[in-house]
Amino acid sequence: MVKVIFVLAYLIFAPFVGALLDGVDRIISARMQRRKGPKLLQPFYDLGKLFSKERIGVNNVQLFLNMSYLVILMIAGSMLFAGADLLMVLFILSTADMFLIMAASSDSSPYSNMGSSREMLQMMAYEPLTLLVAVGFYLTTGSFLVSDIIREDISAVLWMPGLLAGFMFTTAIKFRKSPFDLSTSHHAHQEMVKGLTTEMSGTTLAIMNIAEYYEMVLLLGIFFLFFVNSTWWSWIVALLLCAVIFFLETLWDNVSARVKWKTLLYSCWVVTLVAGGVNILILMLDK
Amino acid sequence: MGKVSKSPWLLHYDASSCNGCDIEVLDCLTPKYDIERFGIINTGDPFQADILLITGGVNSQTERVVKQLYSQMPEPKVVVAVGICACTGGVFKECYNIRGGIDTVIPVDVYVPGCAARPEAIIDGVVKALAVLDEKQAVMKTPEEKER
Amino acid sequence: MIPFLIGIPAVLAVVFQIVRNEKIRGYIVYAGAGAIMAMTVVFIADWIGGGAKTWMFYPRTETIDHLMTAGDIFLMCLIVWLSVRYKRVLPMILSILQTVLVLYVEFTAEVTEGPHMMVDWLTILMCIIIAFIGGFICIYTVGYMKGYHQHHKDVKDRQPFFFSMLFLFLAAMFGLVLSQNLIWIYFFWEITSVISFLMIGYTRAEEAVGNSFCALWMNLLGGLGFAIAIVLMALGQESLQLTEVVSTGALLPLMCLSLAGLTKSAQLPFSTWLLGAMVAPTPSSALLHSATMVKAGVYLLIRISPALSGNLVGLIVSSIGGLTFIMASMMAIAQNDAKKVLAFSTISNLGLIVACSGIGVEETVWAAIFLMMFHAVSKSMLFQSVGATENTLGSRDIEDMHGLIIRVPRLAYIMGIGIAGMYLAPFGMLISKWVALKAFVDSGNVVLVLCIAYGSATTMFYWTKWLSKLLCRHIPRDTVKDVTRKDEYLSMLFHACVMLLMCLLLPLVARWLVNPIVRQLFGNSKDVLSMSVLATMAIMLVSIFVVPVAMFFISRRSHTELVPIYMNGINEGDNRFFTNSYGEKEHLYLSNWYLRFEFGRRHLRIPSIIIAAAVLVIGICLVIGGVSW
Repeated sequence: MVKVIFVLAYLIFAPFVGALLDGVDRIISARMQRRKGPKLLQPFYDLGKLFSKERIGVNNVQLFLNMSYLVILMIAGSMLFAGADLLMVLFILSTADMFLIMAASSDSSPYSNMGSSREMLQMMAYEPLTLLVAVGFYLTTGSFLVSDIIREDISAVLWMPGLLAGFMFTTAIKFRKSPFDLSTSHHAHQEMVKGLTTEMSGTTLAIMNIAEYYEMVLLLGIFFLFFVNSTWWSWIVALLLCAVIFFLETLWDNVSARVKWKTLLYSCWVVTLVAGGVNILILMLDK
Repeated sequence: MGKVSKSPWLLHYDASSCNGCDIEVLDCLTPKYDIERFGIINTGDPFQADILLITGGVNSQTERVVKQLYSQMPEPKVVVAVGICACTGGVFKECYNIRGGIDTVIPVDVYVPGCAARPEAIIDGVVKALAVLDEKQAVMKTPEEKER
Repeated sequence: MIPFLIGIPAVLAVVFQIVRNEKIRGYIVYAGAGAIMAMTVVFIADWIGGGAKTWMFYPRTETIDHLMTAGDIFLMCLIVWLSVRYKRVLPMILSILQTVLVLYVEFTAEVTEGPHMMVDWLTILMCIIIAFIGGFICIYTVGYMKGYHQHHKDVKDRQPFFFSMLFLFLAAMFGLVLSQNLIWIYFFWEITSVISFLMIGYTRAEEAVGNSFCALWMNLLGGLGFAIAIVLMALGQESLQLTEVVSTGALLPLMCLSLAGLTKSAQLPFSTWLLGAMVAPTPSSALLHSATMVKAGVYLLIRISPALSGNLVGLIVSSIGGLTFIMASMMAIAQNDAKKVLAFSTISNLGLIVACSGIGVEETVWAAIFLMMFHAVSKSMLFQSVGATENTLGSRDIEDMHGLIIRVPRLAYIMGIGIAGMYLAPFGMLISKWVALKAFVDSGNVVLVLCIAYGSATTMFYWTKWLSKLLCRHIPRDTVKDVTRKDEYLSMLFHACVMLLMCLLLPLVARWLVNPIVRQLFGNSKDVLSMSVLATMAIMLVSIFVVPVAMFFISRRSHTELVPIYMNGINEGDNRFFTNSYGEKEHLYLSNWYLRFEFGRRHLRIPSIIIAAAVLVIGICLVIGGVSW
């Protein structure tokens, strides 16, 4: 019963939470640049507008691929919030991303194809660490199941600080934050136009944005797993820490410039190896 | 305010400007003017833009481009001509390669004169364009339009 | 029953040398493939009807033993003759050496007689793979070779030879998986090596001959390992049973057999031969170099894997497998030749299977068997569709497959299913990867965990870029006529259906086929993945299919105004051309990323071969030195 409530809550509220976080992010970014910034509810206005626009597109498949991306992301998120297997969630997450890549490369458009190639590269960069995070949870708690992980007596982060650091590092890719916003980003005036979203307009783009909000909440959910344990107050602490992590990502977004793909790939892999690999090694020796 | 005017996204195109107006357009994004307070984003992508902001007069090379960019923007959309060259052709009007103002190629909704147009004027022009945008959206929703 | 399984294809192999009419040959292939499949079905039904117990056959077989000795000598003479003709020394030495060793054992050593053949669940699985995948590849070949010779006018038409080799190969494979006596396995093992050698050299071009000899000496090195294992078993244990090798668990014979398995399945440092083998016509790549022959290597490793658990040999095997998995998948990124990508991916997946069998516990072997099944089906399908595409487009460059979905939609769909089967989430390969990852963690091998984490990321990259190339819609530059024949489509459709069914019926496959295999190998059974997990997987799979279809119909209901793609407003009419800086029309050309300078073979090949060779040599030295582990 609780599971059903969690899943429903995720399915209903995740886009709202995600959009709100996006609004907060834009305001914080603006303040960091001594600007006033948009209203808090700006992402909602944007979505409303996108849905009201005329439907244009370069082909008929992009919309349905984007919708598949959204639905499969929702499935992945629901599984996480239902307490299912973490590894499975991550695998489905990458399948969902595959649909986004297909949508972007569904037409021979130079910019969105470049964006989709970069997206693939980004996947290659963050994938090892996400798998290691799942392995870390398994070593720490003895189970891949989210429902078991949250019932541990001690927060997982004590055993896997390296993995947390690594995950924060690579999640900048997923949040589409600088310095790793290679495939597309929220900022204007870039060499890629809008990267993989170049040909998406109106409804298609709105669906993609909603999917990104779902994904954002899903990722914060994984961060949440690092901190939570069997006590009730750990939930509050975990939520607060997730907020802090989100703030740190925003800060990092604002203080760093976009890197080249090589730097992205190598830095992510090295961080994975050093922070993740060493952490896993210690866990294996100790547990 | 309608849905569109709360989140107008811009596409800025330099048809053949001397770059004076372009710098002023970019000025609007700086902390001093901060057009993001109105929810405005400079997208650089016609597929996602609501307002086409054009500087400079149209010449024989950019004519096609302006037309195509305009065609790639989804309705409702408005065009703002920034600077006197975009409005009428300006001092370049008599040049062999200049067609004239933007309105010789695509319909223009708001004219922002000036050489170069000041950021305040540009913001004023964009805000005026928002009203036109709302109007256009209202028209889009009426049944006659749907039938068409 | 068994003589028929081996005999029918062997007889057909002779028939093809006699029948020269193309049409009649086609009918015979269909009939032969059908007969083999029917025979296998009857055989399996018979076996299951008999209680599905392990059957042992032929305790006394002197006549056949003598025939095999003659066969061994004949193979040696063939290799020596060809080596002399093409002036190669290494294969000659290796071949003579191993044949002498085996003959020495046969004529001098006193060994306790035992059954020569054995039927158990693993054998049955291999028989199914050989009969059905092999059979349909033979059917595919009928159509393919016609197209091949229209396309390659310079190559001499030696189709009768090709078909008889295909069927002879099937016979040898049946013999290999059914045998249990080491000398028998060795005999069939040598036949497959030689057939592979002859197939690679089919075109008789200079490159093909060079590559075929490379394949030959590497496989013969494995054969030498096998021969040494036979000698060691005969002298040390006085037995030539494969089961004895496992039950006694002596390290040195295990190491030698593992060496044979590693060379056959083209693991580093021996992976060069499989890449060279891609010059052969595609059916032989599909049958020998991905679906069955290289599986003989991992078959042998899986057979001995219970003995590999937790000892030095197991450690060597799993390290080499893990290294191969990641290195081959990285090198695949830099390839734009479709067959080369498939070859690297085969090596890399076999690496994972080898790593699993090197760990040698129930979970990993479970994963290894699943990987083997899925890999056999989807890789053979991919090879066939690449072959058909090559005949149609005249190129197998992935760059040329841009927008295949518009130009040759049917082939693109088949290729897409194959690619999806290789790495996408709820499909079979991924489940096996999941189980393997879990088992690697449980066995405490951090290096393998890292290998699988990085390796699956690189695997994802090269498949995704290929898939997106296929699905890229564009207006074709020129129209192509799909010259793929019905035989080819029949086979590819069969593979696609099997692939989808295997994914959907995964829980059943696990319960009825894979679990019994693991039970027989390890003596006890353990549910590796609970049924509920497997059922969830099946549901997920359905949803992954249903979601896009549903979304397709939902999105169809709304009208979309089509506009040209964004090219800075300088499209020339349609989406194919843009205006360049000279004001001229220029064709748009989109290319994938190959990261040649980072992941190219020229950077990675030598270091990976050196590392793998070092692991192997040091390992063998330690085993010979008798280091206890």
